[in-house]
Amino acid sequence: MSCLALIGRDVRLASRGGGSTLLALAFFAAIVTLVPLGIGPRPGLLHAVAGGIIMLCATLAALLSLDHLFQADFDDGSLELLATGPLSLESLAVSKIVAHWLATGLPLLAISPLAAFAMELPGNGLFALLQSVALATPAVSAMGAIGASLTLAAKRGGLILPLIVLPLLTPVVIFGAGIVRSAMEGMANGAALYLGAYSLAAVLLSPFAVAAGLRTNLSA
Amino acid sequence: MSLIAELLVKSLPLVRGGRVLQRDISFSVSAGEILSIRGPNGVGKTSLLRAIAGLLAIPDDCIIFRLHPNGIAAHPEERRANVGWLGHLDGVKRQLSLRENLQFHYRYNRGSGGVREALAAFGLGHLQELPAQYLSYGQRRRLAFARLLVDARWLWLLDEPMSAIDSTGKECIRRHIQEHCGKGGMVVAAVHEPLGVETASLELE
Amino acid sequence: MIAYANPQRFLDASRPFVPWLFGVSAVFLGVGVYLALFVVPPEQQQGDAVRIMFVHVPAAWIGMGAYALMAICSVWALVNRHPLADLAAREAAPLGALFTALALITGSLWGKPMWGTYWVWDARLTSFLLLFFLYVGYIAFWNVTEDETRAARGAAILAIVGAVNLPIIKFSVDWWNTLHQGESIFRSGGPVIAGIFLWPLFIMVAGYTALFTALWIVRIRTAILRRIIRSRVSVALDR
Repeated sequence: MSCLALIGRDVRLASRGGGSTLLALAFFAAIVTLVPLGIGPRPGLLHAVAGGIIMLCATLAALLSLDHLFQADFDDGSLELLATGPLSLESLAVSKIVAHWLATGLPLLAISPLAAFAMELPGNGLFALLQSVALATPAVSAMGAIGASLTLAAKRGGLILPLIVLPLLTPVVIFGAGIVRSAMEGMANGAALYLGAYSLAAVLLSPFAVAAGLRTNLSA
Repeated sequence: MSLIAELLVKSLPLVRGGRVLQRDISFSVSAGEILSIRGPNGVGKTSLLRAIAGLLAIPDDCIIFRLHPNGIAAHPEERRANVGWLGHLDGVKRQLSLRENLQFHYRYNRGSGGVREALAAFGLGHLQELPAQYLSYGQRRRLAFARLLVDARWLWLLDEPMSAIDSTGKECIRRHIQEHCGKGGMVVAAVHEPLGVETASLELE
Repeated sequence: MIAYANPQRFLDASRPFVPWLFGVSAVFLGVGVYLALFVVPPEQQQGDAVRIMFVHVPAAWIGMGAYALMAICSVWALVNRHPLADLAAREAAPLGALFTALALITGSLWGKPMWGTYWVWDARLTSFLLLFFLYVGYIAFWNVTEDETRAARGAAILAIVGAVNLPIIKFSVDWWNTLHQGESIFRSGGPVIAGIFLWPLFIMVAGYTALFTALWIVRIRTAILRRIIRSRVSVALDR
């Protein structure tokens, strides 16, 4: 009940003006538009790299809004109020991760077919791309939440966050792009299984690290 | 939330940023009592409130809540779940309307007070659909206080509850503090000016 | 002063070791470099380029070992709240980053004669680059977090998360691409490197380890002394 209230509030905040949903989608659209301009209009080139690029753009777009995940609540005093409530910090972390995924991961998943179309991703890659974004974004939310909880008290926390989170997300990018590649080359490579396992482990384990980070920054 | 029979603080040291502010604070507050904590800036009034709320790391067992009818809450996580917190920051979400702000806390805390009544009590009833970003600072503080009425916690920890509040607002806060304690709640407040309704006060130096 | 009891003991106990460790590392590195340059014959396929191995491989091992050390110190710091553990973890990071960078640079110099290019996206080089970024993130985190208690606890959590993730990162990068030569020293069936190469290599590893340990201890000592100075200054200011 408390979890649902918190998830509902966060999704509502994200969807209001200036919220992170629109920001993530706009960032994703802008960067997907820039890639063809950057690598040139040669037809064959684009669709060969489309899957990997879209995957990466979705990861970056989800990451972009992460520094807001706890920072906004920390700055206006809401985090203290959430902490002085019925939820343990671990459940608080799970709720925040779920809310972040609903507010950014899910919309990115919904918009990625459009990106695939724009990037000339062949039809057989589309399902794989959706699968890859769907499996990758929960891991981005979960691993990113660790970074967000740790950088709360840092000056310029928003800049340091990608620096500490991106190397940790290497497996997500590799396996995510691997899913698309396997579909396009018509060879099974197990990437979906690896990414699914990684995402599951990240979502299950990261709340403990997030709670530890919150505890440190609330009580130091 | 459990009814708290007594708040016990014994031999509590306070440290901030590696500096010792207080070596040994001891006091107790029983149900129905209102304690005001006073002292010059920088003596650790806010730190003391944060310590009670479980928001500051302190040595084990320096702060204990005796619950009614029996049991204790000593661990910071248990204490956090049992306090009504009003800090320096008001914790108001600017993008949400006043009603949405309180409604969230009502649901999150499985509260018992009425959202409409709480807003009306602080003279904010006619603004309930307004996004909180349009409120003045004083109005936001009133909204923050109104939140305590829907949260339904027995121990209120108030940090400068009267700051930026006008005289009718102050009167309203006094009345609600007394009402809360009349029902068996307790209040610990860090203040510069006397609250006017306290039953005890603690001077830090 | 109770909080400094252990670091103080560390200061006293570690002092005599430092010159010895530097001495040992100088001897081992001297002998190792001599063997590597003048005694070891050119390898059949790689020729003289194989000599880079003697500076590259130990650097890589120390680069990885330092991260493990950092993670162990971080667990120790979180579990026991030992005042020395935070410092030990923090001071290992720049050294680990340095040795990792050395491994990357010597690796790419070795790559030029071997692969004809300074950089290839092969699994090991890529993993090492990511390891380097993990160090950079960890060091940057310490630098941007002002409150020392928060920085210490947060950095410890970060190091542990990184250490848990590192094998998965390694696995994913391996899965992604394997162009590099396979494991050649520790693998079932014994080493395939000839003994003439192996002995100088172990001597170099010993030299590098002694050097790392000496530098690490010096850094920890410096950090303790700095902390003591700061606390004395603040005590003096309070008077």
